[in-house]
Amino acid sequence: MRIDLTPRANRSALLDALSPILAFLAALVVGGLVVSALGRSPAAAFVTYFVAPLSEVWSLQEVAIKAAPLALIATGLAFCFRANIWNIGAEGQFVMGGLFGGWIGVATHGATGNTAWVLPLMLVVGTLAGLLYALIPALLKVRLGVSEILTSLMLVYVAELLLDYMARGPLRDPAGFNFPQSVPFDEAARLPYLMEGDTLHAGVAIALVVLGLATLVLARTLFGFTVRVVGASPRAARFAGFSDARLTLAVFAVSGAAAGLAGISEVAGRIGQLQPSISPGYGFTAIIVAFLGRLSPVGILVAALVIALTTIGGEGAQIDLKLPLDLTRAFQGLLLALVLGADALSRYRVRLVPGAAA
Amino acid sequence: MSLDILQMVLVTIVAAATPLMIAALGEVVVERAGVLNLGVEGMMVLGAATGFAVAVETGSTLVGAAAGAGAGLALSALFGLLTVVLSANQVASGLAMTILGLGLSGLVGASYVGLKRAPAPHLDLPGLTDLPGIGRLVFGQDGFVYFAFALAAGGWWFLWRTRTGLILRAIGDDHTATHALGLQVRTVRFRAVLFGGACAGLAGAYLSLSYTPFWAPAMTAGRGWIALALVVFASWRPLRVLAGALLFGGATVLQLNAQAAGIGLPGQLLSALPYLATILALVLLSLGRRQGGSLAPASLGRVFTPHR
Repeated sequence: MRIDLTPRANRSALLDALSPILAFLAALVVGGLVVSALGRSPAAAFVTYFVAPLSEVWSLQEVAIKAAPLALIATGLAFCFRANIWNIGAEGQFVMGGLFGGWIGVATHGATGNTAWVLPLMLVVGTLAGLLYALIPALLKVRLGVSEILTSLMLVYVAELLLDYMARGPLRDPAGFNFPQSVPFDEAARLPYLMEGDTLHAGVAIALVVLGLATLVLARTLFGFTVRVVGASPRAARFAGFSDARLTLAVFAVSGAAAGLAGISEVAGRIGQLQPSISPGYGFTAIIVAFLGRLSPVGILVAALVIALTTIGGEGAQIDLKLPLDLTRAFQGLLLALVLGADALSRYRVRLVPGAAA
Repeated sequence: MSLDILQMVLVTIVAAATPLMIAALGEVVVERAGVLNLGVEGMMVLGAATGFAVAVETGSTLVGAAAGAGAGLALSALFGLLTVVLSANQVASGLAMTILGLGLSGLVGASYVGLKRAPAPHLDLPGLTDLPGIGRLVFGQDGFVYFAFALAAGGWWFLWRTRTGLILRAIGDDHTATHALGLQVRTVRFRAVLFGGACAGLAGAYLSLSYTPFWAPAMTAGRGWIALALVVFASWRPLRVLAGALLFGGATVLQLNAQAAGIGLPGQLLSALPYLATILALVLLSLGRRQGGSLAPASLGRVFTPHR
């Protein structure tokens, strides 16, 4: 049997929009089968994963603050992935943003007088830290031709170990009974809350603003145009004289800055101090979010909410149904695989030719 | 240093190098066929969990190792379906396999955390294994180690001395031309992907059945990614993979010993060394061949769709 792929002459917009939804439904079916194989009711699991988190104000806020870093990182990554450049080290850039931005928060602990500059400085330093850390693989790629995939990934481990060292060593709270964490930040070093309940912090607003900006940049600027052309047709981009090197540096800078900003928002928002680990893998999950959202800011917003929902739901399922957290991760990986597969179905006409050689 | 201490050090280096060797040798074949499989880490960790679980249930290390390889192969079949059959993006699909593999391994291994079983049996030849200085190193390893070395020799022979190997390398260098010649681009690539997945799974099984020997979540700790870097480092040549893996194994052992000896450096810095060494190795390698151009298979990572 042979499987033939013929590129579709005109891609249907409806099919393009439907394919991630179809993939999501397929992932739901497989997930349901796994849940029943584990001896639980798929219906109950569905309610715990996808309905229960939406039913209460506090869990809705939880979904929003989980979705914000995912959307922020994924928006930055979309610039990379659209240009066929592979920054898979966003997790490390997130950690560096949190570490260096948070350092300001630790250093200004107990400062008196006018402290209105502390929070803006933290956000700027965090963003720059992520940006600079992302430039390491970008420069190695541009100057020496070293695969950015491998270097950006290796730097994740380095960043995590550096944070671990700093939080247990130099930045540890001396009056903290040897707990491996820094002093809690002052009020001036915390993102303000947007709602009662001390959950929904201003990081969500930051993410929304960046998403809006990214939409404008992608649709209305030369840089956005360059990214889109390189992704759609590298050959055409070379003829147009777009510089590969400059683009690589630029998209790494954008994605690193976004990840760094997400990192410091998480530290100054939800956590409020430095700890040996500040991310439950946002940088990697954001890769799923970016593809699930078809690399467009609006799609990414929706995808981030869906993935955040499954994460919150996964925590609920662990408590209520004793379903392991790894189920959520497996579900997310399967979802990404199915999205990529469904994408092929919308790009190509697939035909089975029985009896022919492969 | 006495001969026996030297031998002990070499034995630990070989043990640390073996999983890298097996996974990287599989990936060499995959990449020579023109497919970039970034799912090695996921296939490895799934192989580790499945291998350990099956070995505990059946009581047989051999069956466990086979199951580990089978798990890696199953995950790579999904990868092959996406990338080779449906022409999906290889980088993104590989990442999906890594995330999926990490999740699935957690599910498979959940009820085996904390269990311990005897490590895979080592070769014991009366007379030879007890030879001072080299007996344990040459005649006292477990089956995985001998398999890894056989795999390197076999991989070299297959890629450079057989017709099928020549076809595989040609497909990796130019899928359009080989397709026009009537060669089965997608069949060859799919088989190469399956082989690489089985190797990654086996490498994971070595970790949980022989190296540690127990199962812990995410126990591969980036070894799959280091294996991928090793393939670049070895310029896609099996015998250089062997040398590179031993070098990396040496770095790992050095780091572990330095950590145990407590030489005053923070443990986190020492733990970061293998990753920093990987980056450094890639940098030095590309510095060394500024003029030569890339040695990578020319079609590596490119999407192939046969148009008729």
